[in-house]
Amino acid sequence: MEPISVIEGQIVALPMSDIDTDRIIPARYLKVTGKEGLADGLFFDWRYRADGSPNPDFVLNRPDVQDATVLVAGPNFGCGSSREHAPWALQGYGVRAVISPGFADIFRNNSINVGLLPVQVDAATYQQLVSLFDEDPATRVRIDLAAQTLTLPDGRAVSFPIDAFSRHCLLNGVDQLGFLLGGADAIAAFEAQHPIELDTTR
Amino acid sequence: MTGARTLFEKIWQQHLVRPATAATPAVLYIDLHLIHEVTSPQAFAELRARGLRVRRPDRTLATMDHSTPTTPRDQFGIIPVLDAQAAAQLDRLREHCREFGIQLFELGSEHQGIVHVIGPEQGLTQPGMTIVCGDSHTSTHGAFGALAFGIGTSEVGHVLATQCLLQQRPRTMEVRVDGRLPHGVTAKDIILAIIARYGVGGGTGHVFEYTGPAIRALSMEERMTICNMSIEGGARAGLVAPDDTTFDYVAGRRFAPRGAAWEAALARWRALPTDPGATYDRVITLDASQLAPMITYGTNPGMGMPIDARVPTPDALPEPGQRAALEKALRYMGLQPGQALLGQPLDVAFLGSCTNSRLSDLRAAARILDGRTVAANVRMLVVPGSQAVKRQAEAEGLDRIFRAAGAEWREAGCSACLGMNDDKVPAGSYAISSSNRNFEGRQGPGARTFLASPITVAASAVAGVVTDPRPYV
Repeated sequence: MEPISVIEGQIVALPMSDIDTDRIIPARYLKVTGKEGLADGLFFDWRYRADGSPNPDFVLNRPDVQDATVLVAGPNFGCGSSREHAPWALQGYGVRAVISPGFADIFRNNSINVGLLPVQVDAATYQQLVSLFDEDPATRVRIDLAAQTLTLPDGRAVSFPIDAFSRHCLLNGVDQLGFLLGGADAIAAFEAQHPIELDTTR
Repeated sequence: MTGARTLFEKIWQQHLVRPATAATPAVLYIDLHLIHEVTSPQAFAELRARGLRVRRPDRTLATMDHSTPTTPRDQFGIIPVLDAQAAAQLDRLREHCREFGIQLFELGSEHQGIVHVIGPEQGLTQPGMTIVCGDSHTSTHGAFGALAFGIGTSEVGHVLATQCLLQQRPRTMEVRVDGRLPHGVTAKDIILAIIARYGVGGGTGHVFEYTGPAIRALSMEERMTICNMSIEGGARAGLVAPDDTTFDYVAGRRFAPRGAAWEAALARWRALPTDPGATYDRVITLDASQLAPMITYGTNPGMGMPIDARVPTPDALPEPGQRAALEKALRYMGLQPGQALLGQPLDVAFLGSCTNSRLSDLRAAARILDGRTVAANVRMLVVPGSQAVKRQAEAEGLDRIFRAAGAEWREAGCSACLGMNDDKVPAGSYAISSSNRNFEGRQGPGARTFLASPITVAASAVAGVVTDPRPYV
């Protein structure tokens, strides 16, 4: 995983609440065994019309947002299915961080595990970002993970929450599995006294 | 720790390999890991790349359900997989299960089925367990008083390699359902009403515990329907305290404890329910006696209403994001604010999915379809949740009732719930569905979904239009 310290980039706004992971990537793009090419399915049914041509009304198809790396989206982003293909597709498309007033629980975990930064902000900051994007699509923000701050074009810095361990993993480009494997002795000790029995192989 | 504890707190504490510290989240032990073809291949690839083994193949079980066809068997009794991409994904699961020593319920075999149907059916799902699967509807297993939740593929890898997950402790929410369900109103209507009232994000960060007399009165299959859709309310997990209904269901199933182990398990299970005086972070309530059959009109499960109500008006919503979402939803659905849904013409009726594809669901629908026919304008698919459900339904003659009515009787799988196989709703068509999600494009690109109970699906299939099931039961 690539370490993240500062993400500085152009925003693109999708100001709608409850964008589900079926929207982010429809199930028919999940018949893969790898992670490559998933960006092709990103927001597919919004990005393309029924005849396969790009939908000019969908914000990601606008020529002036092609370099955007920070997605601003409405509350409860990533609800629904647990598919990690959603953050993989966003990342494959070039999105490095998502700013929202709230994330669905599984999507937030998945994003952190793949190195896509979820930045949770208050409703007023979110509305301000949407307005800034409406006024000037070239709007850029700066996200400093170590300081846990999002800096708006007017210089105002807003702090955002992230737990200490996730922050550590993202800053250093390490994943959680290494930490879990390091606790093998504790796991074995736990198993030795755990009363629940089951053998799924029989 | 002493004092009164909730069911959630007991299970959580019993599975802490390491408590959280200032620097690290809790390490939680997982008793049962269910896997399927769609969300596991990248996790196995990661294990291979790191030279890791599966720590507990004896706590892991695989099935095939998401991308599998539900079309009839060929002359050799095989369900043909014609989609090359799906076939490759299934092949990969076979390889991985062989290589890592995991039992696989192969497509079409005796025990295969939707992952959240087979867990309970086989007695794998037991009270007090922690259960995960790379699928958000893992919340289903919470009906047994197990802490069960969906995870992503990275986490599937974590559990395969260590049988553990790093977890932030969720908050608790009591969802108390008082009263008694009126005639013709079902468990599906309870959960659709909860989500309509409290929203699709209402449970974010929480684990639900469903309590109250209306929940106690439900069968295990009805409790599974409710817990299944906890995720649709934003809660990763939903719990029902285990009781004699639970124990009677589990007893004697293939993987259930036996003899002295059963007695020991029963003693542990009886200690699980929330202690008197224990408190939750939040409490919400619902009166079951006031409920009517529910239906959704929009593109998330929170956009639901009593079946005889009228589609709401976007202008009435306070928040611009919500307004935009409802306007977009109604445009997608081809519906007008203020219109009734009763009488709305239908093209497809789908009875299936991990929410409502169990024997009791099929029986309830068959009682309505017996001696009646599906309307000429409607294609009805009946997809049993597992091969075991299918066999039992056939033994009772339910398949003959469905076929005689003009419905299709299919093989077991997730099917038109998410349209990964060929069971799709055509663009622009209206489907009434016993599944869990009405998201844009969920049942196929352009598909328009009304979520409802199995009996509402059956009554509407007969009438050819959205229909109140109460006169039919």
